[in-house]
Amino acid sequence: MNLYAIRVIYKYEMLRAWETSLQSFASPVISTALYFVVFGSAIGTRIQHIEGVPYGTFIVPGLMMLALLTQSIANASFGIFFPKFTGTIYEVLSAPISFVEILIGYVGAAATKSLIIGAIILGTAGFFVPLEIAHPFWMLGFLLLTCISFSLFGFIIGLWANNFEKLQLIPMLVITPLVFLGGSFYSVNMLPPAWQTVSLFNPVVYLISGFRWSFFEVADVSVGVSLTMVMVFLIGCLITVWWMFKTGYRLKQ
Amino acid sequence: MQASPITCTIPNLSTRLLVFALNPLVLLNYLRPEPVLPELTMPSIVSIANLSKTYTSGYQALKDVSLDIQRGEILALLGPNGAGKTTLISIICGIVNATAGSVTVAGHDIVSDFRITRSMIGLVPQELTLGAFDTVWNTLCFSRGLFGKKPNPAYLERLLKDLSLWDKKDSELMSLSGGMKRRVLIGKALVHEPTVLFLDEPTAGVDVELRKDMWELVRRLRESGVTIILTTHYIEEAEAIADRVGVINHGQLLLVEDKRALMHKLGKRQLIIELQTPLSALPSALDSWALDLSAEGTHVTYTYDPHKTHTGIDELLQVIRDAGLLLKDIHTTQSSLEDIFVSLVKAKP
Ligand SMILES: Nc1ncnc2c1ncn2[C@@H]1O[C@H](COP(=O)(O)OP(=O)(O)OP(=O)(O)O)[C@@H](O)[C@H]1O
Ligand SMILES: [Mg+2]
Repeated sequence: MNLYAIRVIYKYEMLRAWETSLQSFASPVISTALYFVVFGSAIGTRIQHIEGVPYGTFIVPGLMMLALLTQSIANASFGIFFPKFTGTIYEVLSAPISFVEILIGYVGAAATKSLIIGAIILGTAGFFVPLEIAHPFWMLGFLLLTCISFSLFGFIIGLWANNFEKLQLIPMLVITPLVFLGGSFYSVNMLPPAWQTVSLFNPVVYLISGFRWSFFEVADVSVGVSLTMVMVFLIGCLITVWWMFKTGYRLKQ
Repeated sequence: MQASPITCTIPNLSTRLLVFALNPLVLLNYLRPEPVLPELTMPSIVSIANLSKTYTSGYQALKDVSLDIQRGEILALLGPNGAGKTTLISIICGIVNATAGSVTVAGHDIVSDFRITRSMIGLVPQELTLGAFDTVWNTLCFSRGLFGKKPNPAYLERLLKDLSLWDKKDSELMSLSGGMKRRVLIGKALVHEPTVLFLDEPTAGVDVELRKDMWELVRRLRESGVTIILTTHYIEEAEAIADRVGVINHGQLLLVEDKRALMHKLGKRQLIIELQTPLSALPSALDSWALDLSAEGTHVTYTYDPHKTHTGIDELLQVIRDAGLLLKDIHTTQSSLEDIFVSLVKAKP
């Protein structure tokens, strides 16, 4: 294990986030706070409880997920795309490091950033609505898993993208709709039956459902299924990354 | 020696001061002494066997290249744009995957033993690829860390001072001049104390003074036991510093040869005879001599092989005298690597 290499990559990525902290940390937090104001306070007061949870509180896990997913993907994809774009990646590729070490450095840093953002949002939410976490351990588990697997997913996008447009494409066209339709702001049970079935094909539903369960013990699908789906996604990403590095896809070809 | 037209221009003082800077003498200290290992008995440090590369675009950039690089030599790779020089270097350094063939460094395979081979190699890339917002100091620390070496501020300080970058250590890379950036790249390549150094066009876009200093640096590095492979478009450069020269074109290695042997083997010499009175045609007595008459009819050129005991010069001069021609001046020219290179590259489609 080349620990020094992991450390410098991780440190470099964290430093980059720190230097652009307004963009890295403040902006996701501000936009989440805006959701609270609009959905939680303005509209939420008109909506009764959902499955026994006040609406403003109900949307907290979904909002956190929304921020975590988009931030994990954005951070990790940019983190690897940019050196590829400028050419500075040559140094990482010519250094005595394995792909596991590269992953730990880049994905670890992106996941850390998302965790920090998640924590800030959770803290901020506490100002707006009463919050109680039923299963803090599970909550943390889901948080970690989400940050890691979606940072990994972002990393894959960053490797795959060969221009800025492609870098934005997947997050905008795929992830954002999936998250919005994944029950961030509502319970899937509120949908007509046909749409409930469609929702089951949306992986984000499982993520939000499981995460919400760890807060309120209220879920659209069972926690076991949620956890399994997240793990499957994580393993799928790992296999993809492994294959990309093994073949040198878009990196060494 | 031909007089360089640049000798009369005086670069401004600050440029001269920056211009090394590279103070090559001291850079010696950065390079590990050669480890006394069984490897020493091995004939070559980098061994390339039947290497081919076809990019995903379908373009074949390297065609079955085999090459042994000797320990401690300076090898210059010459070739026109797109010949495959950077591709070759990139494969050895691990930046590009080979399509076929293998490479070993000190006996270790670059794929299965990549940790060993890559720690031995330093690379100065062709492009000035540097992060914009890092400082000089941070980027060097980053490079050292990537290569798995623990931080060593004292060593870094020495390296920066010898590259004349010490006063720039906290500057952002983007605020540096092109020459400084190249020095930073050299620093990054040397920061992990490599034994094999690849310089991909180290003197492209570098002024004459800086180039000479760069050559000096390369020589000093070699003296300390580092093997150096550099690519260049400047024949003059290969002629000045290389021990051996390799010529690549269209992905093929056309030849690799000791520089002197190459010039000896292919180098023709020409005897140029200037006449007092111009001729419209050569006298028939000279028909059996393959001579060239210049357009103005004032110069006669005789090409010969200087390594033969019988060059024919003596006879030729006699025949010319007998033909009644009056000589004004005589001189000889030696063909340069450039002529050799041009004839090689032109010969193959
Ligand atoms: N990533 C790539 N994808 C497709 N083709 C490539 C790629 N990189 C290089 N090539 C092609 O391979 C050939 C060799 O390129 P290479 O960069 O090795 O040449 P070079 O000898 O270093 O040239 P130069 O002197 O201009 O630097 C060129 O025709 C180039 O267009
Ligand atoms: Mg090149």
